[in-house]
Amino acid sequence: MLRFIVRRGLLSLLILFLAVSLMFGMIHMVPGDPATVMLGPKATPEMKAEFSRRLGLDQPLAVQLGRFYAGLARGDLGEDPFTNREVTVIVWEQLPYTLVLVLVAIGGASLLGIPLGCFSAIRRNSLLDRLTAVMSVAFIAIPSFVVALYLLLWLAVKWRWFPAMGAGESGNLADQAHHLVLPAIALGLGWVGYIARMVRASMLEVMEENHIRTARAFGLPERTVIVHYALRIAMLPTVTILGMGIGTMLSGALFAEIVFSRPGIGKLLYEAVLTRNYPIVMGSVLVTTGFFVLSTLASDIINAMLDPRLRERQGSGE
Amino acid sequence: MSKPRGLIAHTWSGLKKDPLGMAGFVLVSFILLLTILAPWLAPYDPLDVNVHNRLSGPSAAHWLGTDQLGRDILSRVLYGGQVALKVSLVAISVAMAIGLLLGMLAGLGPRWLDRVLVIGFDTVRSFPTIMFALAIVALTGPSLNTVIGVIIITSIPVYARVVRTQTRALRQRDFILAERAMGASTGRILRDHVLPNIAAPLFILASMDVPAVVGMEAGLSFLGLGVSPPTPSWGSILNDGYSYLRNSPWPIIAGGIPLIAVTLGFTFFGESLRDIFDPKLRGKDR
Repeated sequence: MLRFIVRRGLLSLLILFLAVSLMFGMIHMVPGDPATVMLGPKATPEMKAEFSRRLGLDQPLAVQLGRFYAGLARGDLGEDPFTNREVTVIVWEQLPYTLVLVLVAIGGASLLGIPLGCFSAIRRNSLLDRLTAVMSVAFIAIPSFVVALYLLLWLAVKWRWFPAMGAGESGNLADQAHHLVLPAIALGLGWVGYIARMVRASMLEVMEENHIRTARAFGLPERTVIVHYALRIAMLPTVTILGMGIGTMLSGALFAEIVFSRPGIGKLLYEAVLTRNYPIVMGSVLVTTGFFVLSTLASDIINAMLDPRLRERQGSGE
Repeated sequence: MSKPRGLIAHTWSGLKKDPLGMAGFVLVSFILLLTILAPWLAPYDPLDVNVHNRLSGPSAAHWLGTDQLGRDILSRVLYGGQVALKVSLVAISVAMAIGLLLGMLAGLGPRWLDRVLVIGFDTVRSFPTIMFALAIVALTGPSLNTVIGVIIITSIPVYARVVRTQTRALRQRDFILAERAMGASTGRILRDHVLPNIAAPLFILASMDVPAVVGMEAGLSFLGLGVSPPTPSWGSILNDGYSYLRNSPWPIIAGGIPLIAVTLGFTFFGESLRDIFDPKLRGKDR
């Protein structure tokens, strides 16, 4: 088991390293130097030279990459060239907003999806089961920003049930929660059906197993059998899916943050892209990719703990 | 693999038994038809500006109203479909071709090559797609070709992984070993046996990939990073609508509906195709 974790962890590190280096290299493959792009057409050659020197852009690519990783090892991602603030500080300020959004979205989706999947499994082919089956396919497909726009249009602008923009007054929890509702629905809606589908499938599998039959034979109430015996086991595969979901949602959060003008990593990245603020782009891509790789790694490890057969297969790259 | 005629008959009879798949098929054909016939169906030039009639609601003259420049939204939605169609056709076919090549290479090639390619696929997949797209656009500037390029790069691993797995599974099968023993070349085995066996899963994958690709194009155009104005795309219609949300809801309503229809249509159709051709692909999630 330890060997698997080490091997899988090293592979994740390698992938992260490749991804970041690729990203770094691409900045330098673009025609025209970044200084010109960032300072705009009116910059004088002296300004560009000074700017390049300050960002270390005048050094060879290998040196820059080395410096970047040396900085990374110290937890230093460089400075925002426009405000002279540290990139790590800026990213850390925005990260909590995105994390809260993602956690609330995935928590809400599980609160709805798990009972729905459980019920579908117990009452197979009932109307609710069929509705869940259709919904689970339908909601995943619809782009989340379209959901966000429709929610904004109806629930915030037309009916004014929820605020249309921002993250709420700081310190005022009720206000912040109120601001969180619509973005969280937009982000989590697609997952409700997906989670329901996963829970339903594993519930059906578990319900056939011997220990459930034994529990029933002992005359335990059906409710106890389902909640305490079946669902507990059936939840496990879903937990791993949720782990991966957090990574995927980090990027989905971008649209929710933009549509509802919420602060967060997605909005930070988007604005950095528009102003060609490369250090911020690198910083926010690194953080989200890191989270993505980490959550995949975590769910792989949990999976392997649950199912020893996977260890061999995943270790050999299948 | 059966003959083309038998294939169509098989698909049709399968679809007839699956109302949701049939609905998807009808929806997809309807939208395709509207998109292809856009130049004949659109009541106005989608780029025609009429500042005297800005942000109006639906009327006999403009069924879906007009946008902030007085352009007819219905015409823009119809033409917007052409952007989505072009992007999905080009991006998916190129990604599929490259994925096919790399996947077979990984599946049949030496072990080290397989390892390198798989790590490469994983690296590309480790970027959250939209972040990757944004980063690329930051570097190259917004354009439709950039969008297509990003979608191709991020989709290649999806196809390559399926092809690799199928190729590896086939490689061990008796009939392939027998062919090899009889002296068949690798090229011949690929063409005559591997390709026909992975064609069906690939096309099913492609039809299920359409919603993601269309959503990606619309998403990037919504962020102002895809098509350049005044070209209509469903995403750019939504972007215009977002800016004038408090003046008129119609651009958002009109821009969102085709996106929902296309994603639902292709998903239901793709799921149905998968069930008809390859029940094994279903996995245990259903």
